[in-house]
Amino acid sequence: MQETTANRVAANATSSFTEHLQRERPDLMPFGHMPFNQLLAAGQTTAPLQAPHGTTIVAMSYAGGVLMAGDRRATMGNVIASRHIEKVFPADQYSVLGIAGTAGIALDITRLFQVELEHYEKIEGTLLSLDGKANRLGAMVRGNLPMAMQGLAVVPLFAGFDRPAGFGRLFSYDVTGGRYEEQEHHAVGSGSMFARGALKKLWRPGLSEQDAVAVAVEALYDAADDDSATGGPDPVRQLWPVVYVVNRTGAVRVPDRDLAAVAGRIIESRAVAQREA
Amino acid sequence: MTQQFYVSPEQLMKDRADFARKGIARGRSVVVISCKDGIALVAENPSPSLHKIGEIYDKIAFAAVGKYNEFESLRQAGVRYADVRGYSYDREDVTARGLASVYAQSLGAVFTAEQKPFEVELAVAEVAQTQEADHLYRLTFDGSIADEHGFIVMGGQADKVSEAVAAGWQGELDFAGAIRLALAGLVADKETTTLPASALEVAVLDRGSETGRGTRRAFRRLEDADIVALLAEEK
Repeated sequence: MQETTANRVAANATSSFTEHLQRERPDLMPFGHMPFNQLLAAGQTTAPLQAPHGTTIVAMSYAGGVLMAGDRRATMGNVIASRHIEKVFPADQYSVLGIAGTAGIALDITRLFQVELEHYEKIEGTLLSLDGKANRLGAMVRGNLPMAMQGLAVVPLFAGFDRPAGFGRLFSYDVTGGRYEEQEHHAVGSGSMFARGALKKLWRPGLSEQDAVAVAVEALYDAADDDSATGGPDPVRQLWPVVYVVNRTGAVRVPDRDLAAVAGRIIESRAVAQREA
Repeated sequence: MTQQFYVSPEQLMKDRADFARKGIARGRSVVVISCKDGIALVAENPSPSLHKIGEIYDKIAFAAVGKYNEFESLRQAGVRYADVRGYSYDREDVTARGLASVYAQSLGAVFTAEQKPFEVELAVAEVAQTQEADHLYRLTFDGSIADEHGFIVMGGQADKVSEAVAAGWQGELDFAGAIRLALAGLVADKETTTLPASALEVAVLDRGSETGRGTRRAFRRLEDADIVALLAEEK
């Protein structure tokens, strides 16, 4: 009798918000509350769902931390679904995540991930380790696999400052939740191959924070140049990429006026050069 | 077979209440003070890791006295309640009033239905834009709920501590003043006139967390060094 009570208490003790939600309110989960075979059946009988997709995210390390930037466009087929969408978010004080893929599910996974980290911190009284955070995000992407097989995939990019180690780290994921630590820089989304090409030429070790911001904005500019689903800087509407830097003191969003200046310089330099690209 | 004796409901409730009161009075006191800068929560607690004060949500904090395992399970339940609510509605829909009423119901249910009542007393504090809009709720072992003004003192020799705090309380206090006042209250039932920072657990709900620290989470736990620095400030 005693033992079963103890076992029950131990089994119910969880610091994970996702686990709690799965147990108590499965209807609130962004994924996984419909059985796998039902989802498959639903997918077979109907046409592929049209939903807004988020596009390009770039991330890189620099001297003192990591940086992540995302463009502002969401597309639905050939239509621009949103020019204002934000796809890079602070996950907690020392980490950020960017999302490419089905926007609706991605935004919910982001929200769940933010609560997951804060919940752990409040229950346990300490921050989760950076590897712990990266693993939790991988588990969430894995949870979305049935939806991904319906064409509603979400692929995040995760970056954070590893406080005990004293440097920033980058993680990429595949749709099955596989977690890969990336060196130097990485990009995900439809424009990622163009952004990566740009990053390979622009990135160098020991970039300062300001230079890293300029490199990120230029890589997104190149992605937008060749990928119709990625939005470039928009001086007409005063829309600039969302850029976060994460260093020892935490995650900070780069203010729009700085980004306007950086984007302005890039557009100007390209116009002066009078070349095709 | 043993004979069941008849016990009147009045006697049963009185026995349970006396039992819970004794348990709560055995511990050390906790003081929660609303002031100009926000809400200060101060506990006499020699352990640096077994907390009596905790963060529940953006603007809401929790303080407790009594049995650790009982109030810790209530604290965790509160964090879960707040996080589920904020996740399913919106962050601003999580209020201290809602949380306090859930606590009142669970404490009331345990008091009447379980083998023994919870030997705890809780405070739920919510910081607002202005001091007048701050909320302080006191919850007792039987599920009673009280909306307090200015400050709450719980546990230990609460009467003596409360007297000392009431004498010095005023709305214009800053955090340093509020913590000094709480400290003066906590030593009211002792021989000494001061407590070392290592024997204190201090946290604040910062009224200006958005402007000052750029975060909507108002709760901040003060380290020993912060406490020493605050107490050393000019009076």
